[in-house]
Amino acid sequence: MADVPDNAPEHCPGTTSEQAGKSSSCEGCPNQKVCASGATKAPDPAIAEIGAKLSTVKHKILVLSGKGGVGKSTFSAHLAHALASDSTKEVALLDVDICGPSIPRIMGLEGEQVHQSGSGWSPVYVDDNLAVMSIGFLLSSPDDAVIWRGPKKNGMIKQFLRDVDWGDLDYLIVDTPPGTSDEHLSIVQYLSATHVDGAVIITTPQEVSLQDVRKEIRFCQKVKLPIIGVVENMSGFVCPSCKNTSQIFPPTTGGAERMCADLNLPLLGKVPLDPRIARSCDEGKSFLNEVPDSPSAEVYQNIVQSECF
Amino acid sequence: MAAVGILDVDLCGPSIPRMLSIGRPDVHQCDAGWVPVYADAQKSLALMSIGFLLEDPDEAVVWRGPKKSAMIGQFVSDVAWGELDVLLVDTPPGTSDEHLAVLENLKKHRVDGAILVTTPQAVSTGDVRREITFCKKTGVRVLGIVENMSGFVCPHCSECSNIFSKGGGEDLAKLTGSVFLGSVPLDPLLSSSIEEGKDFMQSFPNSATFSAINSISQALLSSLQND
Repeated sequence: MADVPDNAPEHCPGTTSEQAGKSSSCEGCPNQKVCASGATKAPDPAIAEIGAKLSTVKHKILVLSGKGGVGKSTFSAHLAHALASDSTKEVALLDVDICGPSIPRIMGLEGEQVHQSGSGWSPVYVDDNLAVMSIGFLLSSPDDAVIWRGPKKNGMIKQFLRDVDWGDLDYLIVDTPPGTSDEHLSIVQYLSATHVDGAVIITTPQEVSLQDVRKEIRFCQKVKLPIIGVVENMSGFVCPSCKNTSQIFPPTTGGAERMCADLNLPLLGKVPLDPRIARSCDEGKSFLNEVPDSPSAEVYQNIVQSECF
Repeated sequence: MAAVGILDVDLCGPSIPRMLSIGRPDVHQCDAGWVPVYADAQKSLALMSIGFLLEDPDEAVVWRGPKKSAMIGQFVSDVAWGELDVLLVDTPPGTSDEHLAVLENLKKHRVDGAILVTTPQAVSTGDVRREITFCKKTGVRVLGIVENMSGFVCPHCSECSNIFSKGGGEDLAKLTGSVFLGSVPLDPLLSSSIEEGKDFMQSFPNSATFSAINSISQALLSSLQND
């Protein structure tokens, strides 16, 4: 049974939720008795199906952050580009930010649409060995809003994992929205019958970011998701004119370096601000190609070439 | 002096308590409901955030939509705000449970509208376009667009760098027929004030950033008064 059946009322808590059949929204729903009986809380068969489908994906990496606007999508996209620069590797990038899908623009794929075939949905290819899937490809206009509650978002994520014809992959990178909610729980749940390498957590040097990132780290621990490491974005700015460094987002509590030391987590790298990064993302180009000698590009390459990936 | 309330409905990432240097006080009940936490002795700035209800500040709120919606419902209905001139609601990014829950619960009260915050980048305005659609579909008036992180003036040489691109906020306002309220530059002094929970407006009243934020709030207040 679908997580939110078609005949469910507006505030359906989802058939696999603890509230299934019991919430006030369930009154009058034709499925109420079935849900209340607990039958719908049996493990979702999709979990096993996804397990089988993704058994040909060697590495799965989630990119997480507690905070919004720290550069998760930028990192996910460029991690994908960097891994795919080895033409012998098959790489895919899955965007599960359902309300704010940035990946199509960053990958230069705005306006692309997804096609269906006998073997499922085809992802959109940037290069022969780099595939992308995002809800952005299912929306017909850049103004379309995805105004969905949790259960419907979960259903979409399930479809992305189960129904997309990914093929054999060396790497599947999953870009997430900020937070520790439906999207995060669902991606972990639906991947529970597969091996997930772990999560890369993105932060800026600020305490308001680290504060939320510590929660994200607790989330990972709670759901037993290994943490590959932390990347500190927006880590200083070198003025292109006078070459002096400014800390625009001052690490008032020691930045990611102190947090990683306190929590015994690897700090994968500190990426400085570079206006050319924003420009490349807006233009849908890889800044690793556009400005390979930028200090930020060097940090990215070091991160990717480390033994973590 | 105006009485202002801030309702922080970013349940997974509640940042407002730290920004206002409120720490982790206990939230008390009174006959009328939960007493909000006051940022100042004069009680002119009231705040409610899930940050106050967590025993451990690093504790993650790992809740699915329905539970988040229920908490937000309580925050709106069960907090004894008292007489307020303005209630500001700070939301997480997105167009999902939290946003729908706030509007549903505020339906019986008047919602003046929404301020949309973007950075200059297309990647940001691309999402804000969808947020504008959300407002249209839910009948929320768009009071205006604010462009944050709008350029950085190097303190060493005064060269302005457009770190997160340029002009996106104004372009978005034109494209969508919305009011452009103004832009706020990147300012390490603002970043560190917020980090330390200090009142930036009091500490740096002569800064360009103060002037920018002030003119945005004046524009907003006139628009609210003209209603």
